[in-house]
Amino acid sequence: MEIENVVSIKGLSKSFKEKPVLRDVNLDIQKAENVVVLGKSGSGKSTLIKCMIGLMEPDEGEICIFGQDMANINYDELNRFRTRIGFLFQSGALYDSMTVYENLAFPLRHHKKELGRAKLDELIHEVLDNVGLPDAGGMMPAELSGGMSKRIGLARTLILKPEIMLYDEPTTGLDTATAKEISQLILDLQRKYKISSLIITHDIACAKMVADRVVMLKEGVIVAEGSYEELENNNDEWIKSFFS
Amino acid sequence: MDTAESQIPAWAPFKSTIRGAGDFFMFYIRFVKETFKRPFEWREFLVQCYKMGNRSLPLVLITAFIMGLVLTLQTRPSLVNFGAEDLLPGMVSVSVIKEIGPVITAIICAGKIGSRIGAELGSMKVTEQIDAMEVSAINPFRFLVVTRVLAATCMLPILVIFADSISIFSSYLAYNIHGEMSLTSYFTAALSKLDWIDIVPSIIKSVLFGTAIGLIGCYKGFTVEGGTASVGTAANSSVVTASLAIFFIDMITVQVTDIL
Repeated sequence: MEIENVVSIKGLSKSFKEKPVLRDVNLDIQKAENVVVLGKSGSGKSTLIKCMIGLMEPDEGEICIFGQDMANINYDELNRFRTRIGFLFQSGALYDSMTVYENLAFPLRHHKKELGRAKLDELIHEVLDNVGLPDAGGMMPAELSGGMSKRIGLARTLILKPEIMLYDEPTTGLDTATAKEISQLILDLQRKYKISSLIITHDIACAKMVADRVVMLKEGVIVAEGSYEELENNNDEWIKSFFS
Repeated sequence: MDTAESQIPAWAPFKSTIRGAGDFFMFYIRFVKETFKRPFEWREFLVQCYKMGNRSLPLVLITAFIMGLVLTLQTRPSLVNFGAEDLLPGMVSVSVIKEIGPVITAIICAGKIGSRIGAELGSMKVTEQIDAMEVSAINPFRFLVVTRVLAATCMLPILVIFADSISIFSSYLAYNIHGEMSLTSYFTAALSKLDWIDIVPSIIKSVLFGTAIGLIGCYKGFTVEGGTASVGTAANSSVVTASLAIFFIDMITVQVTDIL
């Protein structure tokens, strides 16, 4: 059976003021696969997903999502693809002038204008249930804890039912128990909705829990790739330092 | 010994100013393009109109009231000396409507509206809320910038009309401290000295002030880079730049009106 790649990245390079951040990155993500990109701070992990979603423009290389080269599409076409891709920011990036309910209603009001009030309420309650915060609708972002902000940020991306999820450091800044809950949530969503995910992290526990495949990024270059167990048993000193 | 400072070329500040002006011009071009694209964010536009108008109105009215009062009290003795007291209502209305009303209202709004927009958008930028909007396939420029600039453009003339009216009313009150004239007579006298050539440029000027305040606030906020400290700088810079722009626009419109 032919493998279906939903994301295919070839020869991706990006520099900031002559400083290379990504160098010749090649990466494929299959349907319903969780790929974890592990790397230290400054290794180019966030730049990689920002290039994928069109927040940054790569210097070289090709990013194909659902078979479409993202470099050859205009802004409106890019936005049509973005509705199929969810992006969870490290901070959650909730709109702080809106309540949780309004944060969740915001993308729906723009992309599903045909929805009535009752259907809108139903969808919002469904995603709030999915992230384990059914009663948070009336709260303001400032009233939420770090873990709750991430859950609501996740709910906001899920509300448009994305086929690909990009997670930027989903467990950073959380205590161990909350980090584990978020990791479990990522797994549950993959199983429930068959979402393909790219998870950027330096949290080994999160990687172990959610990864179907791990990619290791060092100074903008992919240095190793494989299952968690394969990389854990790798003899390379740098890779070992990560798992020890 | 060469210090780092001495190695900076003397023309560097000019280069940076020209680059900033170029960036602002491109921002303006993008604003014009996005304004005519659909769908228009009516809901956000009306929210911004309400916030800008409603929240600025008390301050504008208080300032305009004091302005009319002071102008009348300070001018009256000189006019009385020349036996030209009857000219006072006309003089106040012409001064207020042609110049003082629009400029003072715009300066207040540069502080109130410009700083709010600069800080709000700057804060959204550094906390990745603008990026979040972008990745949700919602055009943040159309949602945040177009609505705010157009709201400021629409609300400034309305605020100026309120300010002008309250100034003439306070002038009437001040006149009646020493003299005696009915409200109807005062307003009739005040408005009789006005022509369309006094009112229309004033309204056009107010529209331009509103656009400048909105655009500068949005530009400063939208282009913030760095951390939270730069949000304060953006808010401050919005007020300073918008205030300068107001005087600059005023100077040009006065010249153009003179030619006409």
